[in-house]
Amino acid sequence: MMNSLHIDASKCTGCLQCEMACSFENYGVFATAKSRIKVFDFHATGRKVPYTCTQCDEAWCMHACPVGAISEDKKTGAKIVNETTCVGCKVCTIACPFGTINYMAETGKVQKCDLCAGAPACADACPTGAITFVDSNWTGLDRMRTWAAKLDTTAPEA
Amino acid sequence: MSWQRKILRVDLTAGTIAEEPLNMEWALDYLGSRGLGTKYFVEEVGAGVDPLSPANKLIFATGPLTGTMASTGGRYTVITKGALTGAIACSNSGGYWGAELKAAGWDMVIFEGKSPKPVYLQISDDEVTLHDAAEIWGTTVWHTEEHLKKKHQDPLMRVTSVGRSAEQGCLYAAVVNDLHRAAGRSGVGTVMASKNLKAIAVRGTKGVAGIKDPKAFMAATKAAKKVLADNAVTGQGLPAYGTQVLMNVINEMGALPTRNHKDVQFEGARDISAEAMAEKRETDGKANLVTNQACFGCTIACGRISQMDKGHYTVQNQPQYWGASGGLEYEAAWALGAANGVDDLEALTYANFLANEDGFDPISFGATVGAVMELYEMGVLTKEQIGIEAPFGSAKALTFLAELTAKGEGFGKEMGLGSKRLTEKYGHPELSMSVKGQEFPAYDSRGIQGMGLTYATSNRGACHLRSYTVASEVLGIPIKTDPLATEGKAGLVKAFQDATAIFDSAGICLFTSFAWSLVDVAPQLQASCEGDWSLDNLAVVGERIWNMERMFNNAAGFTSKDDCLPKRLVTEPAKTGPAKGLVNGLDKMLPEYYAARGWTQDGIPTPETKGRLGL
Repeated sequence: MMNSLHIDASKCTGCLQCEMACSFENYGVFATAKSRIKVFDFHATGRKVPYTCTQCDEAWCMHACPVGAISEDKKTGAKIVNETTCVGCKVCTIACPFGTINYMAETGKVQKCDLCAGAPACADACPTGAITFVDSNWTGLDRMRTWAAKLDTTAPEA
Repeated sequence: MSWQRKILRVDLTAGTIAEEPLNMEWALDYLGSRGLGTKYFVEEVGAGVDPLSPANKLIFATGPLTGTMASTGGRYTVITKGALTGAIACSNSGGYWGAELKAAGWDMVIFEGKSPKPVYLQISDDEVTLHDAAEIWGTTVWHTEEHLKKKHQDPLMRVTSVGRSAEQGCLYAAVVNDLHRAAGRSGVGTVMASKNLKAIAVRGTKGVAGIKDPKAFMAATKAAKKVLADNAVTGQGLPAYGTQVLMNVINEMGALPTRNHKDVQFEGARDISAEAMAEKRETDGKANLVTNQACFGCTIACGRISQMDKGHYTVQNQPQYWGASGGLEYEAAWALGAANGVDDLEALTYANFLANEDGFDPISFGATVGAVMELYEMGVLTKEQIGIEAPFGSAKALTFLAELTAKGEGFGKEMGLGSKRLTEKYGHPELSMSVKGQEFPAYDSRGIQGMGLTYATSNRGACHLRSYTVASEVLGIPIKTDPLATEGKAGLVKAFQDATAIFDSAGICLFTSFAWSLVDVAPQLQASCEGDWSLDNLAVVGERIWNMERMFNNAAGFTSKDDCLPKRLVTEPAKTGPAKGLVNGLDKMLPEYYAARGWTQDGIPTPETKGRLGL
């Protein structure tokens, strides 16, 4: 079974545990500035929304890379940046429609979510279930269940 | 080392900025944030300093757990000699700013002197610059943050600043970060403005590295988060209702100070409670409460985000207040509501928005409104003087006074004096519900006896956040004690004071202590920092911090006479509720407390006590 990161923004409190977990997993440091998942705070409406790469099948970044530095991990479906091959040209950052692959001046390479080899640290750290790692074919299951529960299935009186 | 081991020193008079290594010897004795910042302060500033003079200093300090994955590890403390109190002041705040400062590579920023003109400090990792603040001086906290993010083209920047009330000399002005998180009490914002320092804008990309034992740290923080999640208060009550979960509980206990502490129960409590915030309004069908919100790293998420009724008289012509923003916490709801007898939730929310927008402490403000309303009802203050009829219960008077205080205009100037100076000025000092010049928070010490001792002995003036014995006396945490009894409260207050000093100095939120004891904190510190953070040593460090603060206050001229309560609380019995007929028994608790502390009966630490604590 392949899993995907699934985001339920209504559950996000804006604590940034996911961002710290991401930077710690990848760089051994608690630094939200280095996180590959970002929580956005839409202050005037009170909404907080975590956002990261959704691992497109036909990934724009992967197709755009002129040196073939981005490849698919067959096991997890993650599109992974090979840092040795990446030349820091940033064409992928232009190609990605969602902005989820970004250049890091510090390393001269791009970075994006790689699903932590199948055990995403962000999902593990999220205290509210706003970020989960679930069956790719059934990311809508919880939402369907919520709506299903609202259906009145009692038979009408004769 | 989860300290960054680096501090910034900014001489505002000369306009110079210097980097210094953190004094690690002190860090091992005083931990961080409140404790360590205060150690720097008392070493560098004479106790006799005028709080508003250039000789006073202003310290922004993070703790070792600030900026880490420890739950609630986002806090910073502002330390100075308080403008309102003349005592040691340390007000801490959540939001995101503290963690950002730490991530930029700094444990602490020390401001000295006074800038010849308004300035703000920009910190971008190692790059630190003082900028002219002419374009934001005279504007609000909300405007300042928006302006600086735009000007520096950095939406990820975190800003802490003072508003117009601070600039106008309101003595209980706050330092506000992330729009509605505040180092709220004792007038730390007033001191900041007196130095012509408007804001500190920070962007930190380095993060916190070098945790002593990362594996043990991740295991310890994860275990501690589970304790928070499994606890009824931190796992369910606070996220759902915020601290407002207390309003009806405290009212039923007969410990909700009402109308300047004339009463201990408020007939309108339900209308300003958490339950009321969650209900749909009749006017527009929407609830006041939009959602809850966390501060940096917090897995509790007690913050309130509220949206006002656009048709309410306060905002119907002011669309800038129609969006969601920081809503009422329990203390603010009490101070803006019960303390004045006002039961209009929307009016309270509006006054709270103004307190955030222009940076003033809603507790001291609300309590001062209470005193003004009593003076008005006595005929001492008139409609002409105040600018409006101001009987108890008048929402219009409350919001009118909030607007004036925010801008420091008209009677707002007098409001900015705080209740002690204002009631003295009009000949009725007995009507100020304060200790050491700082107004009470939301617990009447006739109904919760331990809080009387808490208030009387708090090093920063009346305050619930120095020893929150409500936890024990009301909620049974860690053990239930009788709120109406004075027996045993001296030891309880001392234990809470010392433990609280550790929570505050670690860089975490005191609200974790509804579920955590030091047993949960110690492993997180032990795994992240070098030094001895065993339970035994933490008890000593907490007590050391408390005594250090006390010794500063003693040197500043405070004596045992200042460990007192207003006459009303020790001579006028509660009229209703479980505490009916009771006054606060401070006279019974205080001598016992001094003895438990190892102080003389004049409230001075004995040489043995100082020696034992290495002071």
